[in-house]
Amino acid sequence: MKAAEEYPGLYEYANFELPQEELFLPGHGLCAGCTIGVIARHMLKVLGPDTIVVNPTGCAEVSTVVYPRTNWAVPWMHVAFGNGGSVASGIEAAIKVLKRRGVIDPNRKINVVVFAGDGGTADIGFQALSGMFERGHKVIYVMYDNEGYMNTGIQRSGTTPFGASATTAPAGRKVPGNVTHKKPMAAIAAAHGIPYVATANPAYVHDMVYKFKKAAEAEGPSFLHILQSCTPGWRFEPKYAIRVLELATETGYWVNYEIDHGEFRVTLPVPKRKPVKCFLELQGRFKHLKPEEVEAIQAVIDRDVEEINRIVGKEVIGPVDPSLPCITPRGAR
Amino acid sequence: MTAQLVAPKERKVAQKRIALTGNHAVALAVKMARVEVIAAYPITPQTPVVERLAEYVNNGELDAEYIPVESEHSAMSAVIGASAMGARTFTETSSQGLYHMYENLPIAVGLRLPVVMGMAVRTISAPINVWGDYSDVMAMRELGWIIYVTQSAQEAFDTVIQAYRVAEDSRVHLPAVVAYDGFWTSHVLQPLDVPEDEEEVVRYAPITRSWVKLDVDNPAQLGAVGTPEWYWEIRWQAVEALRTSLKVIQEADEEYGKVFGRSYGILTPYRLEDAELAIVAYGSIFGIVKKVVDRLRREGVRSGALKLRVLRPWPGDMIKKLLEHVDKVAVIDRAINHGGPLYGPMAVEIAATIQKPVYNVLATIGMRAIDSDMIYDAAVKIHRGLWAPNTPYTVGLRGYE
Repeated sequence: MKAAEEYPGLYEYANFELPQEELFLPGHGLCAGCTIGVIARHMLKVLGPDTIVVNPTGCAEVSTVVYPRTNWAVPWMHVAFGNGGSVASGIEAAIKVLKRRGVIDPNRKINVVVFAGDGGTADIGFQALSGMFERGHKVIYVMYDNEGYMNTGIQRSGTTPFGASATTAPAGRKVPGNVTHKKPMAAIAAAHGIPYVATANPAYVHDMVYKFKKAAEAEGPSFLHILQSCTPGWRFEPKYAIRVLELATETGYWVNYEIDHGEFRVTLPVPKRKPVKCFLELQGRFKHLKPEEVEAIQAVIDRDVEEINRIVGKEVIGPVDPSLPCITPRGAR
Repeated sequence: MTAQLVAPKERKVAQKRIALTGNHAVALAVKMARVEVIAAYPITPQTPVVERLAEYVNNGELDAEYIPVESEHSAMSAVIGASAMGARTFTETSSQGLYHMYENLPIAVGLRLPVVMGMAVRTISAPINVWGDYSDVMAMRELGWIIYVTQSAQEAFDTVIQAYRVAEDSRVHLPAVVAYDGFWTSHVLQPLDVPEDEEEVVRYAPITRSWVKLDVDNPAQLGAVGTPEWYWEIRWQAVEALRTSLKVIQEADEEYGKVFGRSYGILTPYRLEDAELAIVAYGSIFGIVKKVVDRLRREGVRSGALKLRVLRPWPGDMIKKLLEHVDKVAVIDRAINHGGPLYGPMAVEIAATIQKPVYNVLATIGMRAIDSDMIYDAAVKIHRGLWAPNTPYTVGLRGYE
């Protein structure tokens, strides 16, 4: 509860009741161990029924809205892969003018949310996203990041981490998997000067739902970058879906933070980190890595953590403690 | 609610004559249709349309949302989103811009959204050429859009208004494009009549909002995955709607004539009744084609002409009826069907329709200027049997004919 002392108000703000009502309905075709459903379900619990979802091409789209079935109890739209930002821009603009013309009740608050994967956001949809931010449309953009093109197989995307093996960046004898680093989407979004940007992790639901709420209350565009574990892509047993996400945060591989009107804060401090090898070991996509490559990844994380601590001005993410067990028993944290 | 409610019969509204370029005429029609969301990106030669619309919005003359998007891909995406929300929408493009929005064009059809788009036609790269021919709009023929091709600023103005009425008709619910010559129409100042009372336009083409929309009180899913068990059935409905739209296009045009005093028909025949030689053309050059017909008639050649105004849905039966008695049919194409059975896209379609060989003439490619003498020369060659049917001939191309 260190965060509660450091950020008075934050946990009180996060402590609100979620409705019983389910707007993301059961019966979808997502993989066992996929956490897209966890994200979508909580997102709609926070945003409520007056929400329009724009869902560019991706895992969520193909596995939740196969005609004539749907898992969304709210209006939902798919147009193409690369245009979530611009379709949402059009919807938001239409709501504004239709309110002025009295077609829609002007007092009604309708959320427009883009629910897109990393390919549809960081790669093919990047331009539409940037345009939407720059023009200031009031849209909540949620990027579920499974770190690859998991809908079409397991191809690399702009957010695939260094060292991961993907089908278009396979671990070969000459090149050990993906050689580029994860595109810093939250930082890029924040650079547009939009009111609210945050990173989240479905393993920490309180933190995530609080960010959905903040995003909905922002007076302009908001961007949520949410890490999402992917069984076939990351290659772990489905029962570890949440565990692997916890390890992402516990190792400092993933840091939950928000940038609220330019104010940066880490919303989930980690006093002592586990070595990144704990996160990597659980997944098949990193199985090929040699110890020195794991060390290289650890070095990058150490550098990123140092940078975050420097920005915050104190040690919110602590040093690596090799004595920590990789798997902490439930309830012991 | 459908579109056919308001306009009383046999009423001619008061109009004033003004002078506008084709582009500004289109912008005025869009404003008078009280469009609600405009998303646009500049591209020559359509840019003055979206500039003028931005002025209308920023001056408070049109209560609409203007989204200055970052690309044509996003322009089409944004109007699809806005149309899905129930708004009357407009975008405009040309050439590479159309090609950049291409993947979204069939989506507007499949979602049955009545987006209306203007197009100041322009050729395609490479080499880069910003001037007018019909290479862009011809690439839309297979997608399910209603395609109008117009001859003048007046016709472009009138057709944009008609397009809203047709697209939003509950029997149709399809997107429509109104094309007109880049530069030769888009940038040339022309006289045109416009209604004095703008409300007349909305009375003729009221915003129906009758299509399937995003509505939080009645959630629907637009653009779901259509498995092979469903896709074809759903797509076929769009095919049927496009076929039905021909009737609606005709009705809308006749009704427009009653209200505003101008109608154009699906096709415009000229002195075809007893013709032995017919010249089929589209766009602004139809004016000089008519001059050629008159000249040939004076010289004793029974000639006629046919202007194509609606390319999709293809008015095949009407074309067959108008051309069945004609011995020699020449089609002036203003786009190249590279490596096709004939080198002009409309020549192919006319030949397939009348089940006879046609004289395939290519002209104005990349806006290479032609005059009535050049068309006359071509017609004379065809008349005298110097040119063979089913062979591509060029007008105005150096070193060839």
